[in-house]
Amino acid sequence: MFLQHLLNGITIGGSYALIALGYTLVYGVLKLINFAHGEIYMIGAYLGFILISLIPAMPPFLQGNVILMMMVVLIVAAAICALYGFYLEKICYRPLRGAPKLTPLISALGASIFLQNFVMISMGAKDQIFPQTIGMKTITLGGVSFTLLQLVIIFSSIALMALIYWFINRTRLGVAIKATSTDPYMASLVGINVDTVISVTFMAGSFLAACAGVMIGLYYGSINFTLGYLGGIKAFTAAVLGGIGNVPGAMVGGFLLGIIEALGAGYFSSEYKDVYAFFILIAVLVFRPAGLLGKGVNERA
Amino acid sequence: MLRLTDIQLLYGPIEALRGVSLEVAEGEIVTLIGANGAGKSSTLKAISGIHAVVGGSIEFRGQRIDGLPPHEIVGRGISHCPEGRRIFADLSVRENLLMGGYLLPKSETAQQLEQVLAMFPRLSERISQAGGTLSGGEQQMLAIARALMCKPALLMLDEPSLGLAPIMVAKIFETILSLRQHGLTVLLVEQNAGAALEISDRGYVLEVGSVTLSGDSRALRSDPRVVQAYLGG
Repeated sequence: MFLQHLLNGITIGGSYALIALGYTLVYGVLKLINFAHGEIYMIGAYLGFILISLIPAMPPFLQGNVILMMMVVLIVAAAICALYGFYLEKICYRPLRGAPKLTPLISALGASIFLQNFVMISMGAKDQIFPQTIGMKTITLGGVSFTLLQLVIIFSSIALMALIYWFINRTRLGVAIKATSTDPYMASLVGINVDTVISVTFMAGSFLAACAGVMIGLYYGSINFTLGYLGGIKAFTAAVLGGIGNVPGAMVGGFLLGIIEALGAGYFSSEYKDVYAFFILIAVLVFRPAGLLGKGVNERA
Repeated sequence: MLRLTDIQLLYGPIEALRGVSLEVAEGEIVTLIGANGAGKSSTLKAISGIHAVVGGSIEFRGQRIDGLPPHEIVGRGISHCPEGRRIFADLSVRENLLMGGYLLPKSETAQQLEQVLAMFPRLSERISQAGGTLSGGEQQMLAIARALMCKPALLMLDEPSLGLAPIMVAKIFETILSLRQHGLTVLLVEQNAGAALEISDRGYVLEVGSVTLSGDSRALRSDPRVVQAYLGG
């Protein structure tokens, strides 16, 4: 039983981790909690829904291949969401650069409400049911049952995290994100275009959130325009749990939160599934505000 | 090479620079001296575009550069090594240097890294260490090395000797002199006016946002006004 809950927790935790990365990366470069990030994740789920509904119209070689199809859906949805992220920053945050910290936060909440209502009006307020096309057959192995879809989700989350880790540590632009996070003033003095770096950060975070949205949509099978609120806050909890601004922290925090939630739902009560996340958020803020991997809260002058 | 004409700069309502004019010719070491708050660092910030000027003009190699964003000014060949070193503490020494060469074409980065490390062998020993774990003197070396990574024509150094042990200070000044031999032009801001006037060709004295004295460094060193105010005579 334990292994079963663990597997379910890892499946969902991978998505939390992907969304949490967006919070943490943006916090790094702008010291801003992008509260509209959950909405990007929700839009990703809707784009996934639209694309998967189009599958019958796709070429046959795609329809036969679950993994290839999944990749096409993920990449297209994520690319469109990256554009959402780009314009979100450009329209809602860039004009407020240098304003008091509260101002962009309010702008974030406004953007969040706008995007939610935009999806509600354009896609309808009722739940949308994902077409059950991909790998739904249950496989049982040593008392643990799972679907092929679940394995694809776990594998994709880990692959995406490896990709973003490589990007940040091994590419010039990625290291520039780290440099801008530590000292934007100095970053501009070495010739880094800080505005570009911020745009790229938003796009990367939105890309990951969209992938999480598609995967969660497929996993739960139904989506709703309010999805981004709870998902966003949970992923934010994961980012805080790992230490906001800390990239490996967001990954660890995401998986940990998913596992705790699954174990809590399995052993205590699934009615309280969403309570565990908020309990953790409060506990972390009270007892370890810097998070598990955070380095203490010291703001640079 | 660099010409500032009557530049003005504001910090909110406070006029930090009230019409500063100065010139730096190719191959020179020029120093700015003055008390705290006289406008030395502000002058450098105006040149590198970190702080916008509200009046006057800045020309570099015959082209106006005031109003350009900092990364474009770096691209024109002006490198600003700011006060307080500002090492990227969490980045390794190598990453710090690679960031310094952010605007270099990828094909030239490795070679430039090698050249800069040859100048600062101490840094090659610490290449994988996080920048923040270096000693103050090493961090200053790294800051200068990072500023050189973009192959600048003009290097601006803001208080490179601040807070360093005397032996380290001597080393930094030696480095500046050897940089000039490599064909670099240097604009140096220093509290340590004596040392700065000793290694420089010309100097400007700033007082509350304007240039009050300028000339040959040797002449300034024996000028009674400079001696009394800045050299502790």
